[in-house]
Amino acid sequence: MSEIEARQTDAERRRITPLLPVTDGRDGGLVFTVAVLAFIACLAVIAALAADRAAQGWTSDLSASVTLQVRPKGGDTGPEAAARAAEAVAGVKGVVEARALDRKSAEALLEPWLGKDNIPQDLPLPQLVTVDLDPKAPASLASLNAALATAHLDASVDDRQRWMSDVRRAADLVRLAAVVACLILAAAAGSVIAFATRQGLAARRDVVEVLHLCGAEDQFVANLFMGRFAVLALQASAYGALAAAAGGAGLRLLGGSDGFSPALPIAWQDLAICAGAPILAALVAALSARSAAMAILRAQP
Amino acid sequence: MRYGTSPDVLRDISFSLAPGSFHFLTGASGAGKSSLLKLIYLAQRPSRGEITLFGQDVGRAPRDALPALRRRIGVVFQEFHLLDHLTVFDNAALPLRVTEQRTDLYRSDVSELLQWVGLGARLESYPPTLSGGEKQRLAIARAVVNRPDILLADEPTGNVDHAMALRILRLLVELNRMGATVLIASHDEDLVARSGMPVLHLDDGVLTRQPPRSAPGRDTAPS
Repeated sequence: MSEIEARQTDAERRRITPLLPVTDGRDGGLVFTVAVLAFIACLAVIAALAADRAAQGWTSDLSASVTLQVRPKGGDTGPEAAARAAEAVAGVKGVVEARALDRKSAEALLEPWLGKDNIPQDLPLPQLVTVDLDPKAPASLASLNAALATAHLDASVDDRQRWMSDVRRAADLVRLAAVVACLILAAAAGSVIAFATRQGLAARRDVVEVLHLCGAEDQFVANLFMGRFAVLALQASAYGALAAAAGGAGLRLLGGSDGFSPALPIAWQDLAICAGAPILAALVAALSARSAAMAILRAQP
Repeated sequence: MRYGTSPDVLRDISFSLAPGSFHFLTGASGAGKSSLLKLIYLAQRPSRGEITLFGQDVGRAPRDALPALRRRIGVVFQEFHLLDHLTVFDNAALPLRVTEQRTDLYRSDVSELLQWVGLGARLESYPPTLSGGEKQRLAIARAVVNRPDILLADEPTGNVDHAMALRILRLLVELNRMGATVLIASHDEDLVARSGMPVLHLDDGVLTRQPPRSAPGRDTAPS
């Protein structure tokens, strides 16, 4: 084997060196910033998913039952009227179970306002009937009212629509807040990366100049910066996403089967959302870096 | 030509270089040699006037047409402009790499070229470990690796001793024999005199000496 052939063989074993330096001391701050942005974004999405689940649980609980308030008339006592109302609606299609609340249960409902053992025995309490509905085919308000009218009962049906609309509105707000938070964080990450690209181009002006004079097109140079910052954002946001996933897992473990709290029931599957953060961050970084690089390169002679 | 609002650096310049010719560009420091080379290798645009390269008015050419033109021009910079994080091999192969050619297609050619300029044993070295002469030869290898039609060199012997200067000159003459049009900016009068090549002389931004008009068929006409 000749000397040149031997050197060529050596050269063939070499890996391709990136045209932009792989390590740059100035990248530390950018890695930290992108990692923090990814961490906050992941936590925001995890919290939004948990809040959405809580809101769905509340609305399904509320929509799965209605309450009847029965006003005794004729010779009926309150408990008798309530028992008759429960019996009347129990036969309606779409009702799973109807039960009249006894005085003890009614007192328990008033306890938060009047305190325990502070309710006089002669205080008239509303006669309530709880009706559990079939979640798949719930009885309509009209069919319940018709059954009550047939039994000659004076009762009103509270289907909790007012509460449900409030809960639904709250859930929608939580979803909207999560989307807005993610958009703001993505915009912030994009701005930071665009700024870093400009700094990187300024710092690597020598490399850019040499590449240009060697005949590199703007697209080629911009792609170098795009790839570099996409990889950097991928790595940095992976750190942030891992930290967020670890935090979410910690909250899930602390909270048991309810998640962090009944108001924020984090599920294991929510943590999977963290896997998408690095890909999204890399995409935002790639687009920002490319756009910034092309703007700078086009301004050159 | 002028930079910003400063006075003209070059003015009233008109000359042509025939394909395959070899010229020196001389002049005192600050006379405008580097600025003239920058105009030719398309690092600057003229404030006014016309520069014709390869039959095109490059002063008015759109930006996206310039890379293809630059690939036909090899440049040896006064300060080398080597990339310190790339090996000797990768620095020399840079003009091929920016055109996204496959490494296996040019690997042996680049290694052979580096062997020819005396850097065959330094393929894996990095520029900071090279001597001034080695850097100069690496810069020349990079400038000629894609066989340019024009080779421009800005003070290619400015950082080396006399013996190395002669060796580099012989290298440039050899490249000229292979067909490249060569223009070398130099203030080394002894070297210029020894070469016996025609001279363009700049004096305070004005061309005071230029070669005799060459034969028709010239494709390079900076003015």
